[in-house]
Amino acid sequence: MDDDPAGVPPAISPCLTRREAGLGAALVAGLAPAAAQAAQATPGATLRLVLRVNGKAVDTMVDPRTSLLDLLREQLHLTGAKKGCDHGQCGACTVHLDGRRVASCLTLAAKAQDRRVLTIEGLAPPGGALHPMQQAFIDHDALQCGYCTPGQVMAAVSCVREGHVTDAAQIREYMSGNICRCGAYTGIVAAIQDAATRMREG
Amino acid sequence: MQRFTYTQARSAEAVPGTGARIIAGGTTLYDLMKLDIETPAALLDVTTIPGLDGIAFAGDELVFGALARMSDAAEHPEVLRRCPVLAESLAKAASQQLRNMATLGGNLLQRTRCPYFRNGAHYPCNKRAPGSGCAALEGLDRGHALLGGSEACIAVYPGDWAVALVAMDATLDLLGPRGARSLKVAALHRLPGDAPQQETVLEPGEMILRIRVPVGPIGRASTYHKIRDRESYAFALVSAAVALDMEQGVVREARIALGGVATRPWRVPEAEAVLAGRRLDRALALEAGRAAFAAARPGRHNGFKVVLGTEAVADAVMIAAERSQRP
Ligand SMILES: Cc1cc2nc3c(=O)[nH]c(=O)nc-3n(C[C@H](O)[C@H](O)[C@H](O)COP(=O)(O)OP(=O)(O)OC[C@H]3O[C@@H](n4cnc5c(N)ncnc54)[C@H](O)[C@@H]3O)c2cc1C
Ligand code: SF4
Ligand code: FES
Ligand code: FES
Repeated sequence: MDDDPAGVPPAISPCLTRREAGLGAALVAGLAPAAAQAAQATPGATLRLVLRVNGKAVDTMVDPRTSLLDLLREQLHLTGAKKGCDHGQCGACTVHLDGRRVASCLTLAAKAQDRRVLTIEGLAPPGGALHPMQQAFIDHDALQCGYCTPGQVMAAVSCVREGHVTDAAQIREYMSGNICRCGAYTGIVAAIQDAATRMREG
Repeated sequence: MQRFTYTQARSAEAVPGTGARIIAGGTTLYDLMKLDIETPAALLDVTTIPGLDGIAFAGDELVFGALARMSDAAEHPEVLRRCPVLAESLAKAASQQLRNMATLGGNLLQRTRCPYFRNGAHYPCNKRAPGSGCAALEGLDRGHALLGGSEACIAVYPGDWAVALVAMDATLDLLGPRGARSLKVAALHRLPGDAPQQETVLEPGEMILRIRVPVGPIGRASTYHKIRDRESYAFALVSAAVALDMEQGVVREARIALGGVATRPWRVPEAEAVLAGRRLDRALALEAGRAAFAAARPGRHNGFKVVLGTEAVADAVMIAAERSQRP
């Protein structure tokens, strides 16, 4: 599946979080410390986590309290998934876990152990064309500020794969977990209908 | 959030002895940990236990593994065909993302959405801080219970699945420190009484393994009718789980349970008795709706639910009846 795109570099180095980066002078040069060093820099990071993110192997230490969203954004610097509510209510943090859409803010990072995560950054192969869903969002003006968009796109790709796109009403029902405060819903539904056809054509 | 240790379980037998708090999907527990309402020192992830996520028919029983995801049960073709009230109660709950994460066992144990409970220390709340009082009794009670409340707490049990299960007379298989036992879903949740912090009769460490639902002549003609503030992705203002056994327009047996209006899943035998043995029409369905809410005690802002709920029960009865005519 395209959770594991071919031809990508083998590993993502866990970097310091912005919070950690603000903490000390030693970090001026600390662009990509190894996992063990990161663990020292963060005293609570007691849990070793091995997973695949966008096809790349990740081996890192986390505090057990960390959400999958914070792991992606703060440690792996994949800031596509957004934090809207941090309580499962808005969908801005939607990513795929073993091929299914989930709210990464309510997913303990620890639960991603040995599993595959796909974020908006890994949806289209690097350097190539956009994923049909991304292109359809552009074509149909399915956004204004764009904050909800990565979550909308990841949810929409699942919505098509699940087969929940028979008509506009079904799309609205199965996309109801993604709130858009700009109210771009009309464009979003149109984009999904369009992309559903293109995804089927391959 | 408080610190905790995290471990993954490999077998159900290992769960009761650990003293750790079970976490399944985490969509209730982790959420409330972020709000510092739940503060477990140790989490045991049970979703890594193999073999407890199946959905199957065994004779006249539909058996759900407690670790099955809401989304899998909601779209299971046999569940939809043989007992739509169950599938609909799940499909109309939360969002697809959350249904992919949340389990059928964890769902039963979700906690109230009472805003005073969730939104923290500024408000007295007997459920969060026993003995502190109840902000809802003198506050905004639009989302609070008309049935089953006490002087200590009027928080609504917010789940949908348990309401459908109570209507279907479902049973839980449990494994606890003192061994295995079975329990009716109807006996799982406590009334708030003077100890609203104690929400179920489960013992610490006791795990739900399976949910068993008898599906005989009653099941096909059923529905979960849920009324919300918005069309999707919201908790029930009021909901009705209805299942009928009908013969040529006459009700042989009726099951009715209410959600969104009571402190626990709320079966209404008074309303069922109105229908039993009688020829069904809309007027009779409304009579059942009125019986369902006869004992309701509205507060200041939730009185509209008596009328809304009466109509919702009547509509649900008519939807279920229509399904009894399907082959
Ligand atoms: C934004 C949002 C909207 C929602 N909307 C709805 C809705 O409309 N309708 C609805 O019904 N629900 C709704 N929910 C609630 C959701 O369905 C529940 O949070 C979910 O089903 C809980 O399951 P879980 O596996 O995530 O449980 P967890 O959060 O993992 O656990 C919940 C509790 O159950 C215990 N537990 C879990 N599994 C077991 C087991 N097998 N045995 C014993 N104890 C166990 C845990 O210790 C914990 O106390 C919503 C939730 C959110 C965040
Ligand atoms: S209704 Fe219950 S949960 Fe809500 S504030 Fe009162 S005691 Fe707390
Ligand atoms: S940030 Fe996860 S659902 Fe809002
Ligand atoms: S585009 Fe602004 S929130 Fe959706």
